[in-house]
Amino acid sequence: MAAVAALIAETALPLGAQRRDFPTRPPGDPAAIERGKALYTVNCTFCHGPDIRGGDGGPSLLRAGTVLDDQKGELIAPIVKEGRADRGMPKFSFSDDQIGDIVAFLHSFTAAGYDESRMKPPSILVGDAKAGAAYFGAKCAACHSVAGDLRGFAAKFADEKQLQQNWLMPGSGGRGAAPVKLNVPPTTVTVTLASGEKVEGVLDRMDDFVVALTQKDGTHRSFRTSGGSPAVEVHDPLQPHKDLLRVYTDKDIHDVTAYLATLK
Amino acid sequence: MKTRILVAAVTLSCASFAALAATDGLEPARLLKPLAEEWTSYSGDYSGRRYSALTQINQSNVKSLTLAWVSKMTGTPVTTGGGRGAAGVAGPAGRASTLTIGGEGTGEVVVGGGVSVKGSILEVDGVLYVSAPDHAWAIDAHDGHELWHYFWKTKGGTHIGNRGLGMWNRYLYMETPDDYLVSLDARTGKERWHKEIASFAQQYFSTTAPVVVGNHVLVGTGNDLDAPGFLQSVDPETGALQWKFYAVPMNPGDPGLETWKSLDAARHGGGQMWLPGSYDPETHLYIVGTGNPTPAYTSQARGEGDNLFTCAIVAINVDTGKMAWYYQTSPHDTHDWDSAQTPVLVDGEINGNRRKLVLTASRNGYYFTLDRTTGERIVSSKFSDTVNWAQPELNRLGQPVRLPEKDYHIAGALVSSANGGATNWPPPAFSPDTGLLYVPTAETYAMYYLTETDPRGAMGLGGKEEIGLGASSSYMTAIDYKTGRIVWKHKYRTSGSARAASGVLTTAGKLLFGGDPSGNLVAFDPANGNILWHSAIGQVTNAPQTYMVDGRQYVLAAAGDTLYAFALYQ
Repeated sequence: MAAVAALIAETALPLGAQRRDFPTRPPGDPAAIERGKALYTVNCTFCHGPDIRGGDGGPSLLRAGTVLDDQKGELIAPIVKEGRADRGMPKFSFSDDQIGDIVAFLHSFTAAGYDESRMKPPSILVGDAKAGAAYFGAKCAACHSVAGDLRGFAAKFADEKQLQQNWLMPGSGGRGAAPVKLNVPPTTVTVTLASGEKVEGVLDRMDDFVVALTQKDGTHRSFRTSGGSPAVEVHDPLQPHKDLLRVYTDKDIHDVTAYLATLK
Repeated sequence: MKTRILVAAVTLSCASFAALAATDGLEPARLLKPLAEEWTSYSGDYSGRRYSALTQINQSNVKSLTLAWVSKMTGTPVTTGGGRGAAGVAGPAGRASTLTIGGEGTGEVVVGGGVSVKGSILEVDGVLYVSAPDHAWAIDAHDGHELWHYFWKTKGGTHIGNRGLGMWNRYLYMETPDDYLVSLDARTGKERWHKEIASFAQQYFSTTAPVVVGNHVLVGTGNDLDAPGFLQSVDPETGALQWKFYAVPMNPGDPGLETWKSLDAARHGGGQMWLPGSYDPETHLYIVGTGNPTPAYTSQARGEGDNLFTCAIVAINVDTGKMAWYYQTSPHDTHDWDSAQTPVLVDGEINGNRRKLVLTASRNGYYFTLDRTTGERIVSSKFSDTVNWAQPELNRLGQPVRLPEKDYHIAGALVSSANGGATNWPPPAFSPDTGLLYVPTAETYAMYYLTETDPRGAMGLGGKEEIGLGASSSYMTAIDYKTGRIVWKHKYRTSGSARAASGVLTTAGKLLFGGDPSGNLVAFDPANGNILWHSAIGQVTNAPQTYMVDGRQYVLAAAGDTLYAFALYQ
């Protein structure tokens, strides 16, 4: 999917790249941040939340334009001192130093468009393994066997998400985990020439104009295919996986994952 | 007269003659002309049709189309000595090209990935004006030689692409990723001024092509945090703000506020206008698509409503900045499938009546024909076979109705499309000869996992993990604006992971050009999708364009940092 991201997925940048793009504040004075945190906890947490992401009635300060634009309290201090009566925010009679400490605390948080998840679900295993076994028997067993090619399948993966992605589409991965090499045969192609000769091999490259392949003996062949000749027949071992994407319900997927997760 | 001839002769001997004399300027009235010899704005003309009247290259001779020139855009210059200024650098053939360096940054921000041209190239008076993030170049349209290069030292910002330059008389306008509008002298590439257009601290980034209408420069921006989207109009002479239009309610009593959980939610609701719109000179309406609402995925902070005016086509009066109408193509979007795609203005026939229309194929997989004077929906339809995020039936307004269970799931929801959408920024084209809208489309799937269970949700694009399933097909798709039906569809044959196809150009020569996902520039018969010509130049990264200079028509496409121009030699 990296190639897709490069051309069309305008907002799907790698996490690291995105974060480096925007200004980061120099680290604040730890003592000031500690003092600010104490003041904030007593006076502000109820409305704005302990993590400044919003609480009971008060907005998130983490994404507030005023806080993001503020450098050293010049935008925040007037609001703290004057309050915002129209929005239910009272005035606070802090000293300038105290406001400076609260500002240091607010600026110790980092806002990011690719927001880190904080309360992660413990597991993605929600399916019914028995129903998954039945689904597997109906849709997968023609090609796969839990006693054969899938023996110990679940043990290959770091977690169930990686397991699920890889049974849905081998190689589709899952972020953060080392890729698992599965025994997927290569896509092959048969080119039938005008003479009737058939040339077969592993597909290297193909577009509307050329097909290129490597024959069993390691030799490279390529053919111009514009105009519908020679005939090209592609054998993609993952075609059934691709076709099934139009068929599954989410429950089917979760059930099959629950079943395959038992194959340790 | 003798004196004048003498002056011309002297000037001709000057190495930088081309740069100095290349243009007397693009008076705003020329921007009103339908696309033909020159390319004066993002879409070539205001209609967004990308339909050129040129016919020298046509269906009968396209098989002889051949390479005229290649030009590689130079990247980040070595800035020893630093600071603003100009220095002579050697061009490809040793001719003098002028380098000008500007910018508010220190020059220390490393922008990886090299130059990639992902926007439109202007062609005015024999000169091409090319852009990439932090860069602008003037190129001789005859042979691709560089005349000048402008480089902006950035403070940072998302460097995903630059969609092109705007031009007003002798001046060019470029947006930078760190949120400045830079005005350059088109003859020399020297900076005239730059103005801050959005808050970099709020993580805005600016990629779009400014659009010049009369004495307005229309400037959009982008943002992936929770910030309000806005379009602003500035004075072309001074850069002073004329008006600012917000895509979301910003004040109590603003229209659309009832579709948000709160004013605070609306004010952080996104709707960025990060691609150029189209312009109707008769109604003075600038018609532009708005982006996704934010937070994009965990939408509970936005409330249950439609979140106006995100993911919509909006019509803005260029004189006042006031919205005349809107039509929302994705009510309460939950997949970052913004509707920012450049809308296409067509004067067409619906049930025997002439109608002023606007067409859009949206990233969400749905196609719309609207009345562009009122916003009335005339036709809507699904153009992707795989898209599964909405109910089978449209609502009474012709809008798709979201299936909440296809937002995401802790255990993963199988959703089509993946984040890139059924189409994206690569612009479509419309041919009045066939009545068809040509759209680069993709069919993709991804698993969308909810990763944030905090009831407040996440910010920006956070809170979910989207993992693609590597099975994707890409197409050139031709849609009938009268019915919304697909008349033909070419599935690009490709190996490996299919990549999205490039933007599109069509011409009165009965040709349709687009880049395929395998690195070919392809010419189709627009009537039926038959392939007539191709050239393997590498992945086309913008939309093909065409222009005519000194009696020769060129077809121009960018593949990464390199421009390829094709012509006929007969």
